[in-house]
Amino acid sequence: MSLIIETKDVNLYYGDFHALKGISMEMQPNTVTAFIGPSGCGKSTYLRLFNRMNDLIDAVKITGTINIDGKNVYEKGVDIVELRRKVGMVFQKPNPFPKTIFENIAYGLRVNGVGDKHFIEDRVERSLKQAALWEEVKDKLKKSAFELSGGQQQRLCIARALAIEPTILLMDEPASALDPISTSKIEELIHELKKNYTILIVTHNMQQAARVSDATAFFYLGNLVEFGTTKDIFTHPNDIKTQNYITGRFG
Amino acid sequence: MSNSKNTGRIKHLKQQFAFGIFRLFSLMVVAILFFILAFIIVRGAKVISWNFLTGMPEEGMTKGGIFPAIVGTFLLVIGSLLFTFPVGVLSAIYTNEYMKDSWYKRFIKLMTNNLAGIPSIVFGLFGMSLFVNTLGFGDSIIAGSLTLGLLTLPVVIRTTEEALKSIDNSFREGSYALGATKLQTIRKVVLPMAFPNIITGLILSVGRVSGETAPILFTVAAYFLPKLPHSIFDQVMALPYHLYVISTSGTNVEESRPMAYGTALVLIAIVLLVNILANALRRYFSKKVKMN
Repeated sequence: MSLIIETKDVNLYYGDFHALKGISMEMQPNTVTAFIGPSGCGKSTYLRLFNRMNDLIDAVKITGTINIDGKNVYEKGVDIVELRRKVGMVFQKPNPFPKTIFENIAYGLRVNGVGDKHFIEDRVERSLKQAALWEEVKDKLKKSAFELSGGQQQRLCIARALAIEPTILLMDEPASALDPISTSKIEELIHELKKNYTILIVTHNMQQAARVSDATAFFYLGNLVEFGTTKDIFTHPNDIKTQNYITGRFG
Repeated sequence: MSNSKNTGRIKHLKQQFAFGIFRLFSLMVVAILFFILAFIIVRGAKVISWNFLTGMPEEGMTKGGIFPAIVGTFLLVIGSLLFTFPVGVLSAIYTNEYMKDSWYKRFIKLMTNNLAGIPSIVFGLFGMSLFVNTLGFGDSIIAGSLTLGLLTLPVVIRTTEEALKSIDNSFREGSYALGATKLQTIRKVVLPMAFPNIITGLILSVGRVSGETAPILFTVAAYFLPKLPHSIFDQVMALPYHLYVISTSGTNVEESRPMAYGTALVLIAIVLLVNILANALRRYFSKKVKMN
């Protein structure tokens, strides 16, 4: 069900700026991999490779291969819409659509051609349950998503991503705009989701990386400095830069 | 000590003086507006009657009503919107959502802005040459509407672009991330959100269309035509041109003066009404967007 993800010698340029420098990594199915590093280190840019979100920016050049289940997602003829259905994404700032709670979840199904009313209703309920939001919103599905709190909005966005049944979930600092209680809810959710999904998560929060992830990658100035199991990275990192960063000496 | 106290007082006085001047000028703007409105209302209200609004002009336009001019202006507003709205909105969508940043895009933007700066009489001449003569529409509603449509195109394009730009990219990304195509994203997320502000562009263009005289001068406006049009290839009277005619070149300028003020009042009232209506529409749609 879940797939192996690997990148080989990936370089990315924004115009003249070399944002990712020869990144090679492999991520295992049904694990959580955290990308950490100071602002501007390239971790978000790297995350956005997997659903080709960087395509939206003008003047981006990418070299190397990014394989999902052995297929290069940057090959000519790859259906980007199909790729994004398989690789879901949750953004830093909750970004529900200005629609009802129900329509927010149904949107992904509708744009992918699902019209069956009962199917959509079932899927909306299931996704909201998976995102641990059902109990809070089941009586107000017809209300605007903007009436929810920030934490609820973010779980709505997770439910929205889950509704189209991706196999991989990309999370770009999903809790950075949230209060501690909402953050812990999202973290519990990540633990739960790991059973069915392969999760890649960017985070600024060291404790969060340590709590939720199985593997951790430390990025610095566009380089992948160190990649290993979260336990190794946080207990005895090989590189002095990694050690300085996770102990808060720079960042 | 006393010296610094003095500088403090001088500073304070300067401050007060500056405030006073600002206030004076802002009051002046309001006063001018009120003066114009009062002037028109006082002079125009006398002739406003049911017959004035629904009757045909009589006796060399010194008596009777201005009904054909009201209908004409109304038709020209509708006609120009039918042209300018789709063309303007679609072109703004293309430049804002589809085009990559390039010299070509900057060139199109520059040309759009230049278009806004062309005097309206030039549009009139162009409209006459293209729509009336070359395309053979003659002096007609369609020629006038298209000319007015061209005139308001830059306004609609620019306000639509601003409306689209104000939609945060995170909504587009959210939609793409769910496997939506660009077209689906624009139709189902971007446009509904931008719609209330796109309406603003329409409001502005309606105000402009109903008041313009020069573009209709050679393309549609009739000097005196006491009947309603039957097709889009007919001429019509229009309020601003009617106002111009009876103030400068009517059969008896002095005698039709009250009619001129009445016409001006009706014109202002129509623009005001359209503005209120459009604002109500905008508010209605912004509420709807959140609920959808």
